[in-house]
Amino acid sequence: MADVSIRNVTKQFGKSEVIHGISCDIRDGEFIVILGPSGCGKSTLLRMIAGLEQISSGEVVIDGRVVNRLEPAERDIAMVFQNYALYPHMTVYRNMAYGLKMRRMPKDEIDQRVRNAARILELSALLDRKPRQLSGGQRQRVAMGRCIVREPKVFLFDEPLSNLDAKLRVQMRLEIRKLHEDLKITSVYVTHDQVEAMTLGDRLVVMDNGYAAQTGSPLEVYERPANMFVAGFIGSPAMNFMEVTVQEGGQALKLPGDIQIPLNGSALPGWAGKKAILGIRPEHMELDSKGPRTILFTVGQVELLGADTLVHGHIGAGQVPMTVRLPDVHRFEKHATIRLSISQEKLHLFDPETKKRIV
Amino acid sequence: MMVEHRPVLTFVTHATLILGALVLAFPIYVTFVASTHTLEVVTKSFPLLPGSHLVENYLRALTVGPRDVGATVGTMMLNSLIMALGITFGKISISLLAAFAIVYFRFRLRIVFFWMIFITLMLPVEVRILPTYKVAADLKLLNSYPGLIFPLIASATATFLFRQFFMTVPDELCEAHRIDGGGPMRFFFDILLPMSRTSIAALFVILFIYGWNQYLWPLLITSDQQYYTLLIGIKRMLDVGEGQAEWQIIMASTILAMLPPVLVVIFMQKQFVRGMTETEK
Amino acid sequence: MEKRVVFKNRVLPYILVAPQIVVTVLFFIWPASQALVQSFLQEDAFGTASAFVWFDNFADLFAGAEYLDSFRVTLTFSSAVAGAALSVALLLAVMADRALRSATVYKTLIIWPYAVAPVVAGVLWFFLFNPTVGMLAFFMKKAGLDWNHTLNGTQAMTLVIIAAAWREISYNFLFFLAGLQAIPHSFIEAAAIDGAGPWRRFWTIVFPLLSPTMFFLIVVNIVYAFFDTFGVIHAITRGGPNYATNILVYKVFNDGFINLDLGGSAAQSVMLMIVVITLTVVQFRFIERKVHY
Repeated sequence: MADVSIRNVTKQFGKSEVIHGISCDIRDGEFIVILGPSGCGKSTLLRMIAGLEQISSGEVVIDGRVVNRLEPAERDIAMVFQNYALYPHMTVYRNMAYGLKMRRMPKDEIDQRVRNAARILELSALLDRKPRQLSGGQRQRVAMGRCIVREPKVFLFDEPLSNLDAKLRVQMRLEIRKLHEDLKITSVYVTHDQVEAMTLGDRLVVMDNGYAAQTGSPLEVYERPANMFVAGFIGSPAMNFMEVTVQEGGQALKLPGDIQIPLNGSALPGWAGKKAILGIRPEHMELDSKGPRTILFTVGQVELLGADTLVHGHIGAGQVPMTVRLPDVHRFEKHATIRLSISQEKLHLFDPETKKRIV
Repeated sequence: MMVEHRPVLTFVTHATLILGALVLAFPIYVTFVASTHTLEVVTKSFPLLPGSHLVENYLRALTVGPRDVGATVGTMMLNSLIMALGITFGKISISLLAAFAIVYFRFRLRIVFFWMIFITLMLPVEVRILPTYKVAADLKLLNSYPGLIFPLIASATATFLFRQFFMTVPDELCEAHRIDGGGPMRFFFDILLPMSRTSIAALFVILFIYGWNQYLWPLLITSDQQYYTLLIGIKRMLDVGEGQAEWQIIMASTILAMLPPVLVVIFMQKQFVRGMTETEK
Repeated sequence: MEKRVVFKNRVLPYILVAPQIVVTVLFFIWPASQALVQSFLQEDAFGTASAFVWFDNFADLFAGAEYLDSFRVTLTFSSAVAGAALSVALLLAVMADRALRSATVYKTLIIWPYAVAPVVAGVLWFFLFNPTVGMLAFFMKKAGLDWNHTLNGTQAMTLVIIAAAWREISYNFLFFLAGLQAIPHSFIEAAAIDGAGPWRRFWTIVFPLLSPTMFFLIVVNIVYAFFDTFGVIHAITRGGPNYATNILVYKVFNDGFINLDLGGSAAQSVMLMIVVITLTVVQFRFIERKVHY
């Protein structure tokens, strides 16, 4: 068990920099999820913590010790790979025992640890099987077992669930969560799946193109996205964006198609008369014609999902596209016009230049 | 692949194949028959059915040896076996190590070495016999087992086969091994070698046949009968000048010379086919 | 293609490649370069001094009829071996492919002659066609054909071709069968629906799809006939009668070891190297194309 500090870490491949100075303090026992689209550098960051990639500059500190120059084996970490990386010619037992054997642990202690881990992961009956005789979920568990037996300071997960089908993914997600609650080992988990990120992480690091776009608890990131990238990346369907003008005095927003949205008291100092980007999540609009902030919405395609209904359409004459998610089943005629109300605390405003959050 | 079901075509198909198999087997059958008769019968009456002198002929070949050769077939078979196994294990070991170095390390002369190994493809013994013989003579390798084995153990084919295989081993296995705390040689022996088993088995079959069937090189460097391989011995048996060749013994020796590689092909057919198709890639 | 993960060690890789490289340098590269040097030198009658003679050895080679004859013999021999081995193997492979479930049984029956060494193949056929004790020679004499390959050059050539091709049929069969079984069944069925009979289907669909295998095997068979048939010649004809079967590899052995003509033998080695290099390049070009398919 240990805390981990990432201090201004960068990574260069040849001349091009792919990680541009990321810092993050991970507390002992915390579960951190690094979330981002493919190619954003999240796996590279994880591999630098593991010691599988050189750190170009900055420091990685595990349990108070700078590990930049240490071999992966000396960092006291364990890692679950996307393709599990189980040794194909070894049984489940030997796969789990191998790392301990390399550390010259006595045989009976190895046996005890392996059997204990197998019991936790319900692998006891499979110890003599080879990896190819296992299902995807079982392989995944062996990969975790191999980490558990080591009792490392830090667990690293590199997209561990992405090779599983949807149903297994949900199940394994819950198992990982439970495992972490039982073992309380500091964990760093890389994924591109926001549901995994929201459900597993104590905190998220959302990465964009080699930068940490935002660090915070899942709800913080959802409720107060720091910039347009995070706002658009978190949430499904994605947040609707549109260009608005802040009215003189900052008391209202002018949407395309001459729609006005009054703002209660929260004046926007310095933004009067300027353009901004408004973001509204599809799930944050209601069918309501009486509220203080309503807009006219023209229905296009309707998708009935059972639990809720996705309505794609546009607002105003400017044909600004917008998606709305309404609970329950709703049937609309195409080109029908409906009135939607928006609550003020669910509005997000961004600076069109810097893409950063304004309020 | 057959679409129509015409009995005539099916008959022609099987008839052709059976005829083909019989014609291919015919010389060996005749050889076997000849190895079971007395010299008198073999040379005068062209027998088509096996005779009663099988044990006698083979025993004489194995323990006493044919005239004018000076070594028993038993000794020569042992020499052939030592050469074949030496070449097989030698080639597999040095190729595995070289392929491991070339795939899993970056070092300055890597590309140079790679091409040096590649060039060996273009230099069969036949095109460099005299100078190679001279090197072997200078190194005092004439009439010795190392002389029979070492010049034949460098193999680009085996190195490339292993290189190809190592390239398909996922990088993550190597990374997982590093996290488990293992060095390169541990990785080689604990992970890579066991994973290469099927490739090694396929190569073993091909190389055993290759080694057993070597002829030109042993012919050059063995003049002492005690180092004759069986193939050299059989050829010597034929060279009797004006005298009568002992055909029944020669034929028994020939059958014995074919036996090990043929049995290997028949009983390890899967590995043989795999080895053939993979080494030619 | 390169590995993302590599071990960092300065000395170890050199130790690992050392055995391979030592053997390669000692027994391949050094002798080959010696052959190259030697081919430009001429030794005096006592073998005590040698002089640099530029391309004299090569000029001598091509000036005499002997070498050109040997070249001609080799070309006849190798094209006949390749032609015979390929056509018989193709016929058998097509049949085995039609035999469906029994294909594996026939495969076992047909591939094993490949395990027989060329020199042993030579001995087998030499025995069958031996003018005094050979069964086939005896029957041919009875049928009115006077067979004696020790005197008749054409008969000698025929015999070494049969012996060399016999073994290679198995090899070609294996690759043809694999090639045939790799052709998607749907192609054949589509052609059958279009109304093409078995014969037509073979020549318009199967054979063109088999052409990469065919090309590859042609190269391999020529290499085999050029370099691996020394044993066949040595066992049956020793290059005779009257040089009728004196193929290049036999000649280079004979001139170097029996006649001890160092410069001439070296020049021949160099010529052979050029042949192998050409064939290897052709083969690799082809493989490259196969990879990009």
